[in-house]
Amino acid sequence: MSETILNEPQTLEINFGPQHPSTHGVFRMRAVLDGETIRGLKLVIGYLHRNHEQIAENLTYPGVFAYTDRLDYLNSMQNNFGYALAAEKLAGITVPERAEYIRVIMAELARIVNHLLLVGFLLNDLGAFFTPCLYAVRERERILDIFEDVSGSRMMCNYFRFGGVKNDLTENQLGEIRKVVSRLPAFLDEFEALLSKNEILCMRCQNVGGLPKDLAVNAGITGPMLRASGINYDIRKTDRYSIYDRFDFKVPLGQKGDVYDRYYVRILEMRESVKIVEQAIAGIPRGEFLNAKTLPLLRNPRLFKPAAGEAYGRIESPKGELGYYLVSDGTPQPWRYHVRAPSLINLTVLEEMCVGQKIADAIVILGSIDIVLGETDR
Amino acid sequence: MTRPQIAKEKNPVFGTGILQGMWVTMKNFIDSYFKKADQGGIFTIQYPEELCRISENSRNFPFLVYDAAPDSPRCTACGICERECPTKCIHVEMAKDTAGKPLRKPAVFEIDYGLCMNCGMCEDVCPFDSIFMDRVYEIAGRDRTKDMLIGKDALLKPNAYFQKIRPKDAADIDARRKAAEAKKAAAARPATPPDAGGTAS
Amino acid sequence: MNPAMSFLDSIFVNLKLWTLNLIGHFLPGWAVILASIVISGVVILCLGPVIMMYLTLLERKVVGRMQNRYGPNRVGPWGLLQPIADGIKMFTKEDIVPTNADKVIHLLAPIVIVVPALMVFLVVPFGRDMTAADLSIGVLYFIAVSSVTTLPIFMGSWASRNKYSMIGGMRTAAQMISYEVPMTLAVVPVIMMSQSLSTASIVNAQEGLRWFVFTPWGLAGFVIFFICTVAECNRPPFDLPEAESELVAGFHTEYSGMKFALFYMAEYMNAFTLSAIAVTLFLGGWQGPFLPSWVWFFTKTFALIFAMIWFRATFPRFRVDQLMGIAWKLLLPLTLVNMLVAGLWYFIPGITGWVGAAVILAVSFLGLTALNKPVIPEKRVYLLEN
Repeated sequence: MSETILNEPQTLEINFGPQHPSTHGVFRMRAVLDGETIRGLKLVIGYLHRNHEQIAENLTYPGVFAYTDRLDYLNSMQNNFGYALAAEKLAGITVPERAEYIRVIMAELARIVNHLLLVGFLLNDLGAFFTPCLYAVRERERILDIFEDVSGSRMMCNYFRFGGVKNDLTENQLGEIRKVVSRLPAFLDEFEALLSKNEILCMRCQNVGGLPKDLAVNAGITGPMLRASGINYDIRKTDRYSIYDRFDFKVPLGQKGDVYDRYYVRILEMRESVKIVEQAIAGIPRGEFLNAKTLPLLRNPRLFKPAAGEAYGRIESPKGELGYYLVSDGTPQPWRYHVRAPSLINLTVLEEMCVGQKIADAIVILGSIDIVLGETDR
Repeated sequence: MTRPQIAKEKNPVFGTGILQGMWVTMKNFIDSYFKKADQGGIFTIQYPEELCRISENSRNFPFLVYDAAPDSPRCTACGICERECPTKCIHVEMAKDTAGKPLRKPAVFEIDYGLCMNCGMCEDVCPFDSIFMDRVYEIAGRDRTKDMLIGKDALLKPNAYFQKIRPKDAADIDARRKAAEAKKAAAARPATPPDAGGTAS
Repeated sequence: MNPAMSFLDSIFVNLKLWTLNLIGHFLPGWAVILASIVISGVVILCLGPVIMMYLTLLERKVVGRMQNRYGPNRVGPWGLLQPIADGIKMFTKEDIVPTNADKVIHLLAPIVIVVPALMVFLVVPFGRDMTAADLSIGVLYFIAVSSVTTLPIFMGSWASRNKYSMIGGMRTAAQMISYEVPMTLAVVPVIMMSQSLSTASIVNAQEGLRWFVFTPWGLAGFVIFFICTVAECNRPPFDLPEAESELVAGFHTEYSGMKFALFYMAEYMNAFTLSAIAVTLFLGGWQGPFLPSWVWFFTKTFALIFAMIWFRATFPRFRVDQLMGIAWKLLLPLTLVNMLVAGLWYFIPGITGWVGAAVILAVSFLGLTALNKPVIPEKRVYLLEN
């Protein structure tokens, strides 16, 4: 944002401060307005910086799991997944079949949880007074109850371990998951009937905050934001990590990259996740839930001393590409640990998307990027 | 290869989307009077008259287990949980008898609930099955320093309580401890041949 | 109507006459006239705030039910004492005035907004012969007084010396002025048909079940008038001035305590009075079979208020330019067509008139929405690829 804009007489600088009902956390935007139109926008982040990467350098590798939950606090299962992938690459640990299936089920449930919350809060920012938000949260509660049953905690799950997961899924729990997931398509139909065709929503969201394809690719945008602009890049399909290549699911693509496309791509992704979970429950084999070689690590985390080297493990989190970079030097503590947070990278194009739109649109565009400050600021 | 498409139909008349949305809300309004929570009725519960059902595995804050009496806890003050806790919220000091020799018991065992992040690592690493994650959540206090630092007396709870809140895990652990005790007793009996014993625990 | 019903129907009128009779024994003639005015005024001054208080509770409970939860139900049975708790809360809050604010106008704004809201109660016919002041220019009075509310909102936002409030105030001023025009023009066919501006005679012109809303021009006029009403009260989906998620609280960001309570009161009283006027003009006022007149009146008014609450629970809000686009590009031409159609309906008797009127209205509505093409939802294609 050039300083010359600020010096023009009719412009007004407004601060969407760190405390604001709609900025999804402690996030600050400084917008320069000309009447109602935005001429420039600057982000100020760092209000939630908690030294996550520095703390991890003083802990053992398995001890970091509890902290990775708190990065993107809305879908902690996926954060655990990425970190487990990175460390398993570093140390060359394999994961048994049943554990892979359990991981995929939990990861896709986390994706549904995240998208439900995002869609609810996007509509809340638009002014729909909590009704769609509460409907979405009602379904989310059922999935959170499953997470509590399986891992002990609704949000900070701490469920994955190197080589598998912490404890097994019982038949009861699988039955519960199947029941919850079978309700979701009907719920999504009702949710869509509520607002997807609503004229007011379409007027607010269509052709607002468009992201052109080349800008998206050059800026390193990933996740539903990229797919809404029409580019088919889903890490579950390109990297085929874990056992995603065994499931039959499609990747929804938008065409214009505006807010409406991002909202609708997420709803379609939820439907695809439901399919993946159903296939996984149908095909889950019996077996170990944790690689027997890493069982002693539960008791003594200091036994994990990978050889010196580096590894980068990435997953398709609901927000984009979530990557973990680990450098080890042979000791039980990581020498360097870095998290590639999709929210931070996706935020870099906020100004380009917002210039020329109205103030009311800036909030909606921010909501559609889907940021979580825990991840952005680490 | 075929590319399945989903086309969103254009509404024939301006206003039908609005009416559809209004119908969904009205349906929820009417259902809230007549249906149960699962099928579209009221989804909230009236706390504190009704409590939400929490699962057996739910973990909140740690507590210590004793078998016979509070002054003979299973904890031996080895300090492993203190070392492995990510937030360093546990403080343990071993008890010493009058001669200065360490007794295998904690004199001081404090957990700062304000720092604890409910990760459960202390439960995972404890070699003596003495610290486990509890489920109580109505433990609010008024002061961040005094009320949140929980000492040994408040943390110690009997094995019967552990069996009540986590029957399966408690049963497994009890069986394992009994088997270990039996092995130790068998090894300690002087009449048995030396190779029938095994290492204790 | 059977005697019991007719007794109930005129119970309030008889009560007032009996009181005046009583006073007439002790006091001279002019005092009785004064007492008559005072009784009406006092009843309205009590009725207005009480209705407003219970409207807030009704709103919270209805919106809660639509969201699958109970509304407030802790304070008193079914939450009936909740408004009293809210009132006590607002009374006891500290009254914060920003240092740079213009103190006089900051104080005046909430007062100036509440008074017109109360004044409109005077011309509303609550039942048979139950209009507080049957002015012969009732409708004109109502339109004039309710348009005064634009000014104190702008006063409040300007006096707060706050960027957010100023943006909110400007948006509100634009919105309210834009929606005055279709609102006024939607009323014109009603005046044409009933040939009087007095609210009581408009209701009398809709005998029995021949309410104006059952005619094509009446239905269109009612829908337009109701949408403008929702916009005038700053209720969702037109609530940009108080857009919580965008500008914190818009024009009343800097108000706290009793002043905020007065803004809040004015909004709800406006909602009630505008619904009452819509009922009077289009839905037949207190007309209806079997039940007492004031029961019909309150039922219809609360049905319209329920519809407003329903809108609140369902819709997101419009953006400023879209809002004004609807007022000027869609509603205003429709009201002009409506006036012509009303005349056509009156002069062409029989079924031809009705069908012709309906067809012209439908065609013009479709044509206008087609002309405003960039504004309606467009067809989208989503690919699903492997």
